[in-house]
Amino acid sequence: MTLRVLRPGVLATVQDLGRRGLGHLGVVAGGAMDPVSHRVANALVGNRGDAATLEVALLGPELLIGCDALVALHGGEFAAEIDGAPLPQSRPVLLPADARLRIGRVTAGCFGYLAVAGGLHVDPVLGSRSTYLAGGFGGWRGRSLARDAALPFAEGAEALAHARFARVTARHRIVALGRCQTVRWLAPPITLPEHDGSVIRAVDGLHSGLFDKAARALFFGERWRIAPDSNRMGFRLLGPRLALAGPAEILSQATCLGTVQVPPGGQPIVLMADHQTTGGYPGIAEVIAADVPRLAQLKPSASVRFAEVTLAEADAAREAACTLVDQLVERILWEFGNEGD
Amino acid sequence: MEPTSRGRNALPTVSPLGDSAVLLTLAECLDLDANALAGRVARDIRGRDLPWVSDIVPALVTVAVHFEARTARTAAERRAMLERLLVESLAREAGAGPAPAPRTVEIPVCYESPYAEDLLEVAAHTGLTPPEVVRMHSASPHRVLMIGFAPGQPYLGGLDARLAMPRRSSPRHRVEAGSVAIANAQTSIYPFATPGGWNVIGRTPLVLFDPVRKPASLLEPGDAVAFVPISTGDFGRIASGQHAR
Repeated sequence: MTLRVLRPGVLATVQDLGRRGLGHLGVVAGGAMDPVSHRVANALVGNRGDAATLEVALLGPELLIGCDALVALHGGEFAAEIDGAPLPQSRPVLLPADARLRIGRVTAGCFGYLAVAGGLHVDPVLGSRSTYLAGGFGGWRGRSLARDAALPFAEGAEALAHARFARVTARHRIVALGRCQTVRWLAPPITLPEHDGSVIRAVDGLHSGLFDKAARALFFGERWRIAPDSNRMGFRLLGPRLALAGPAEILSQATCLGTVQVPPGGQPIVLMADHQTTGGYPGIAEVIAADVPRLAQLKPSASVRFAEVTLAEADAAREAACTLVDQLVERILWEFGNEGD
Repeated sequence: MEPTSRGRNALPTVSPLGDSAVLLTLAECLDLDANALAGRVARDIRGRDLPWVSDIVPALVTVAVHFEARTARTAAERRAMLERLLVESLAREAGAGPAPAPRTVEIPVCYESPYAEDLLEVAAHTGLTPPEVVRMHSASPHRVLMIGFAPGQPYLGGLDARLAMPRRSSPRHRVEAGSVAIANAQTSIYPFATPGGWNVIGRTPLVLFDPVRKPASLLEPGDAVAFVPISTGDFGRIASGQHAR
């Protein structure tokens, strides 16, 4: 039983929470660009957070559902239809076999996560089902979905769909919408930008001393735009050029998720999920862990400002973000009788 | 923060790298002893199997340790603990005498056309003949200084100083997988076909990174590498043997 691709969309990749422990071999953790929405989408179908979902960007694919399936689309908001009727988002939806799910343009945010009860069962590679585009492995053939790609469901996905939906609807009235069934409650978005002009927090970069004062003031003062040539490896920022105080040569060293590096041209790049493990450009700042999922939801041309915080503030923000997500996931799984697999 | 107590710029240092990693910096410029020490410290930390450490990335003269944490307290504790572990490990490894001899990985390389696209340019730039370039390159005592940029892509030190070359003035749009290339007194091997600016002097039929092979990466940081010149005929035989597996 599979999810078959009728139209591939812009960038649809199988993702989970990524690979661990291979950085010394040049393999980055990777995984979902917005792991928070990925986890919540999984919870909405009763899965554990590490089950593989389909990450869709900007313009989603059209899919044929191979068997009755419990799905949830969460994260970025999309113009999505099921057999021509609007698909309710951010809640569990029971779809009948042969339903056509069309995920159209994004209307808020950038990345959406389609979770299926039981997860997408592509073969794990190096301990993860996530697609690593630069390495050409993981997910569906190491690539973004193409027409006629078939993503296998877990064994027994159909029975699991009905069993879990029955548990969810034990306490809630079933809402029938065309050929699909759902419930009235939904998960709130927690990573979507509230308005244009998001503020993303960052701590000082290791090489910020190599930039002149004006460049640092510009980085934290200016309003930037996400450039159209941004991708899963990095978000390029459009704005003023950032100048180094003098010629600087950085020996290649490890980079992080959220490192803001500045190549000689002066246009900063924020390193995202599929970033290279090492780099030789100076880093002016590091986006804090709590805000990487929020940054991931800014689509090309969206505007963003960076606010400097201390390490202690970053740690407090991380705790607040983790608590928020854990509580939401726990609350959703409670609806499934806490029997997520 | 013992290592920084000697002053702001005294090395080695351990500093936070963002809010989810710490970085041990051993030297300001490329130094082979510092590089070897970085590799030993990274292996030592890896051997501790800390479940909350997600990645340990040694590079030319640094070691980054990426960690996971939920609460502010655990984040601060883990950062402090890693700083202490890195300092202790550094002291122990630096005083531990010579490292055990590395394993040597033999890598067959065909230094002939059509695989040696920039060999003539390297010869012209260095004032050597192409056979001399090949002889010096294959006789150099190469060591894997780091793996990065792409999965399994090694940066090798030990290149004969007479072969030092700048990068090509215009990068190629496509450098084939297996290409052996030199620049900045180093050698690299491209695991995948990618754009690249280094001077290609040969190609190996070996697959550097295969995610379903065990181990996936042909090389690891610290390995000694011996390049063995082969003919185009040998190249074809080895390449088809690899694909047959």
